[in-house]
Amino acid sequence: MIEGILIGLEAAFSIQNLLMVIAGCLIGTFIGMLPGLGPMSIIAIMIPVAIGIGDPAAALILLAGVYYGAIFGGSTSSILLNAPGVAGTVATSFDGYPMARKGQAGKALTIAAVSSFAGGTIGAILLMIFAPALSSVALLFHSAEYFALMVVGLSAIAAFAGTGQVAKALMMTILGLILATVGEGALYNMPRFTMGMMDLQSGISFITLAMAMFALPEALFLVLNPARGAGQGESGKIENLRFSREEGKAMVPVIGRQSLQGFFIGVLPGAGATIASFLGYAVERNIAKGDEQAEFGKGSVKGLAAPETANNAACTGSFVPLLTLGIPGSGTTAILLGALIALNVTPGPRLMVDTPEIFWAVIISMFIGNLVLLILNLPLIPYIAKILAIPRNYLIPFILFFTLMGAYIGQNNATELLMLVGLGVMATIFRFADYPLAPLLIGFILGTMLEDNFSRSMQLYRGLGFILERPMTLGLLILAALLVLLPSYRARRARNRASGVADGD
Amino acid sequence: MALDRWIALIFVAFCCIYGYAAFFTMDHLLPPFMQRNPVWPSTFPKMLAVLGAVVGLIVLLGIEQTDDSAEPGATDINYRNLREYKLGQATVLLGLMVAYALLLRPAGFLLATTVFLVAGSAVLGERKLHVMIPVALIATGAVWYLVQEVLGIFLRPFPFFLGN
Repeated sequence: MIEGILIGLEAAFSIQNLLMVIAGCLIGTFIGMLPGLGPMSIIAIMIPVAIGIGDPAAALILLAGVYYGAIFGGSTSSILLNAPGVAGTVATSFDGYPMARKGQAGKALTIAAVSSFAGGTIGAILLMIFAPALSSVALLFHSAEYFALMVVGLSAIAAFAGTGQVAKALMMTILGLILATVGEGALYNMPRFTMGMMDLQSGISFITLAMAMFALPEALFLVLNPARGAGQGESGKIENLRFSREEGKAMVPVIGRQSLQGFFIGVLPGAGATIASFLGYAVERNIAKGDEQAEFGKGSVKGLAAPETANNAACTGSFVPLLTLGIPGSGTTAILLGALIALNVTPGPRLMVDTPEIFWAVIISMFIGNLVLLILNLPLIPYIAKILAIPRNYLIPFILFFTLMGAYIGQNNATELLMLVGLGVMATIFRFADYPLAPLLIGFILGTMLEDNFSRSMQLYRGLGFILERPMTLGLLILAALLVLLPSYRARRARNRASGVADGD
Repeated sequence: MALDRWIALIFVAFCCIYGYAAFFTMDHLLPPFMQRNPVWPSTFPKMLAVLGAVVGLIVLLGIEQTDDSAEPGATDINYRNLREYKLGQATVLLGLMVAYALLLRPAGFLLATTVFLVAGSAVLGERKLHVMIPVALIATGAVWYLVQEVLGIFLRPFPFFLGN
């Protein structure tokens, strides 16, 4: 491990990669602050640039920097405008915005930055410990287990979608898997479902799909509803970035608890920053005593530190399944996975063995990225915050243009742009009807791998026998079934108990 | 019927078409040596079609109870009042994107992009064209330089009759 860290240090401290971290964090903060552009959209927009760089380590470092920056930028707009650009920072606005209203915007931003830094750094240390351990276990996995593991991942994502949403999330996952079967597969040299169109021969580009699922609907929502994202800044001046020693002391235990909790929530597929931040906020409010508890929601230091620590730790945690198993646990890591595959790197347990410099450079740059956010971005915040004043008449055409450009650069094909618009309209309608879109993209990205592993185990065992012959596969598949069925079973039981009668529907 | 159920209905229909393609049109294309394989190119799509139809029916029939208590937030869009939103602007912008897609090659990147950006902001109600046109020109030039020179991806800058 020491050797690996040294390799990582060497790679991460090259001038190019340092610049990548800094550029990534700045771009991420800059765009993440804009209402309506979450980390997924930003990373999707940045992917053509990252692929253009060509060096996978540098590209992944850039994208990870953008990811961190975007979360930080999202917190900034939550605190200053009460307009969270990202779901993961909604809990930040509970206490951050009241604090800013009291004229302590600067202090709130510093607390957010310090807690994010601590959460991210502790998360990265945990990642250094757990990722190698997990990947040595993962090396024992065969294609049958991988197939089962991906099924577990996909069902977990659906299961965490919330009450009454499990079937919808599953439907989106299956739609993603179906879209992934378009084009020529790796195992069979035969075009499928292309309807005779040459442009579909290589399948649907995942950048196009990512743009269409996230960036485009957000932009359309901004057009449809001008009130969205217009918190109209009454935040005033940002001054006095310091917090007192007592406040610092109050934050320490919160940061300790929330970075651990956030990290482990982030590791779970489907959970991630949003759940981690809400849960972190709730836990800290319940633990707090008398006066401190009453303070929550009115500008409590603890109430701001908790979600901020937890969401950054969870972002780091979500890299564990990506780097060790090659299975993304969230929409954002799914996009990162797509970018890595485009760069000819296969994330998974072999990543640490085959290309340790990429693996360790990414982890080391997480530390650097957190540091950059703390010492470079924080002083710049008052200036960066000016971007919030860009009128939407200018902003929206540019967002649309960047989505178009991203899809075009990836494929150099104008048909791709028409597909982008079509899929974007479809995604917007899905959003209207409250269908979650992240499962679709994750299903799409995992689809090819899922099918390859399934086919490989079918060929090795001459049929479905692998499910019974490999106990771990069977166990994982049962787990997947339980994950999907349990939430609706529990909801039904709770409802029956509440109404007193079993209505037997 | 609510919009989510309509979508589920369309999805079930889509799964049926997809399943029909997988079950009845794909296998006869298979060369004989591959037919001895336990897994065919159509195996996975067949499974997906069946699963998709089942899950789609669950949503369509409302077997899983939904949580109706959640009120939509102020910034969320309620599609039932779609007419109250700026639907026209959104449609025109989508039309602009389609036009951009069709004109990008023939008109060249610089012209198509500048026109797209200016027209887009004009649709949104921007009247200060003396600001928007220079902004669009500078942004277009900068993006073209980045893509062409830094990333090394070819983008035809000028209309087709001006050569490459």
